[in-house]
Amino acid sequence: MSTVASPAPGPDLLAPKEGRVWGKLRRSRAAWIGGSIVGVFIVMALLAPFLAPFDPNKTNFLLIRKPPSALYWLGTDELGRDILSRLFYGARASLMAGVVSVGIAVCVGVPVGLAAGWYGGWLDIIVSRITEALLACPFLILAIAFAAILGPSLSNAMIAIGLSAIPIFIRLARGQAISVKAEDYIEGARAVGVRDSLILVRHLAPNTLPPILVQSTLFMAQAIILEASLSFLGLGQQPPQASWGAMLNTAKNFMEQAPWMSVSPGIAICLVVIGFNILGDGLRDALDPKEA
Amino acid sequence: MLKLILNRVLIAIPTLLIVSLFVFALQHALPGDPFLVMAGEERDPESIARLRAIYRLDDPIVVQYFAWLGQVMQGEFGRSLRTGEPVLGLILQKLPVTLQLAAASMIVALAIGLPAGIIAAVRKGTSIDYAASAVALSGLSIPNFWLGIVMILIFAVELRWLPASGYVPFFSDPLGAIETLIMPAFVLGTGLAAFIMRHTRSAMLEVLRSDYVRTARAKGLDERVVINKHALRNALIPVITLSTILFGELLAGAVLTEQVFTIPGFGKLIVDAVFNRDYGVVQGVVLCTAIGFIVMNLIADLLYILVNPRLRGR
Repeated sequence: MSTVASPAPGPDLLAPKEGRVWGKLRRSRAAWIGGSIVGVFIVMALLAPFLAPFDPNKTNFLLIRKPPSALYWLGTDELGRDILSRLFYGARASLMAGVVSVGIAVCVGVPVGLAAGWYGGWLDIIVSRITEALLACPFLILAIAFAAILGPSLSNAMIAIGLSAIPIFIRLARGQAISVKAEDYIEGARAVGVRDSLILVRHLAPNTLPPILVQSTLFMAQAIILEASLSFLGLGQQPPQASWGAMLNTAKNFMEQAPWMSVSPGIAICLVVIGFNILGDGLRDALDPKEA
Repeated sequence: MLKLILNRVLIAIPTLLIVSLFVFALQHALPGDPFLVMAGEERDPESIARLRAIYRLDDPIVVQYFAWLGQVMQGEFGRSLRTGEPVLGLILQKLPVTLQLAAASMIVALAIGLPAGIIAAVRKGTSIDYAASAVALSGLSIPNFWLGIVMILIFAVELRWLPASGYVPFFSDPLGAIETLIMPAFVLGTGLAAFIMRHTRSAMLEVLRSDYVRTARAKGLDERVVINKHALRNALIPVITLSTILFGELLAGAVLTEQVFTIPGFGKLIVDAVFNRDYGVVQGVVLCTAIGFIVMNLIADLLYILVNPRLRGR
């Protein structure tokens, strides 16, 4: 009697899910490149007091708008402050804006979205309509409106960005909850009488995590641009504290006299945003079960 | 199809009502009493009382909301707290400026995004595809206000080819308008081009894998005919849904671009209003933008139904 041999599963399929994801992540060149760029900026932000050669807020009227030199690598600004030192401290504002606003959006948006998707009915209808209404306003305009109410400051800008992003995470978590709730293992858990709250915490939440993680990474990039935009408009970080957007806002007034003031903050924003975008793409590929 | 269209229109109504509630709440969440600003520096008690009566501030909040909603439905979007001018008038005055910028940016975005998306899909996996994807990623990652500053530095400050700022209406001086529009349109258009490129590429890839394209190729049709006649036409259908995203991106991008190039448009109106604490204008602009966005969404949905034969039959 002959037996039909089923094709042997590849080593990846035999490995536990976490191991597979980690393996794919380790092989993903995009995740490595993106992660490295982001890592450099995190180190820059954390070690700013040690890396910055000068006090970022110390003004020196003898050094106003000096071009890059051996002592001041990126030059000085309109108040004689060292641009490189302000760039290091600016990384703190940008990354903090990303983390805090994503944190606000995830902490509010995900539970609301999961509850709407899980319970359905009127709760879902109301949440969906509110989400649609909030998504009906362009992101930056909504953030400007919130910043106008809260007043111009970095913390208010972070709250404004976080509040504007809540609908995105509600929509994502709701969609995930609806698809996961139809799975057999959830039906099984319900059939054996597991409480709703336990299913939500133990089964639903962990299974909706991968897309939320990807979205959070990609939104970090958007939040950094938004913070820079609000600071550029004067609604974010206030002087004398450093922020890349605020540095560009001042730099645009001295484009003829001190063009170097505009270059480095812009490059820093681009690099960190590219880093988060590439990392997000890499994470998406690693967490997508359809990707080989 | 009529039922589907009616359904879409009906769904837009509660969304509009929630937007109106949000904008109304905005007025009440603002710091300080805007009516003190409105009453002028003397803060004459009589003027304040008159304003409170006009805006029915002594009525219960529900009555205030419906009175305000009634005004909005008659086209009264509120007044500037500074100048007393109707907000709708101010918006309509600034809109042509932003529309001129938006139209020029869309031309740039389509001219770059569509061909780049098509070529990247047709040459998938080649260096052209990778280069196009890298350019799109950069387009999405470069803040447009910084790109604007860099362009001013190069083309206005260094080379002195183009004016650094300003606005010229197209119909009064077309050449002058084009000259002032080149940089802002490119700045706003490149971000949008990246969106269009990514969507066109993935829609084209999907269509190129389909059976009818394989059949067209098997019949021996010329590759250009297959791409232009069979694939592209169908690939562009999902790109229609992009129009709402693009509308939002255009408006948000215009806020920053107008700030960099000192263009007196819709975006500058809202930023100036925030700094002048002219909450009447902020509220009106947010409401108008949201209504515009919902209407655009509706039009995109209806267009999608009209051009999609599978939905048209329902």
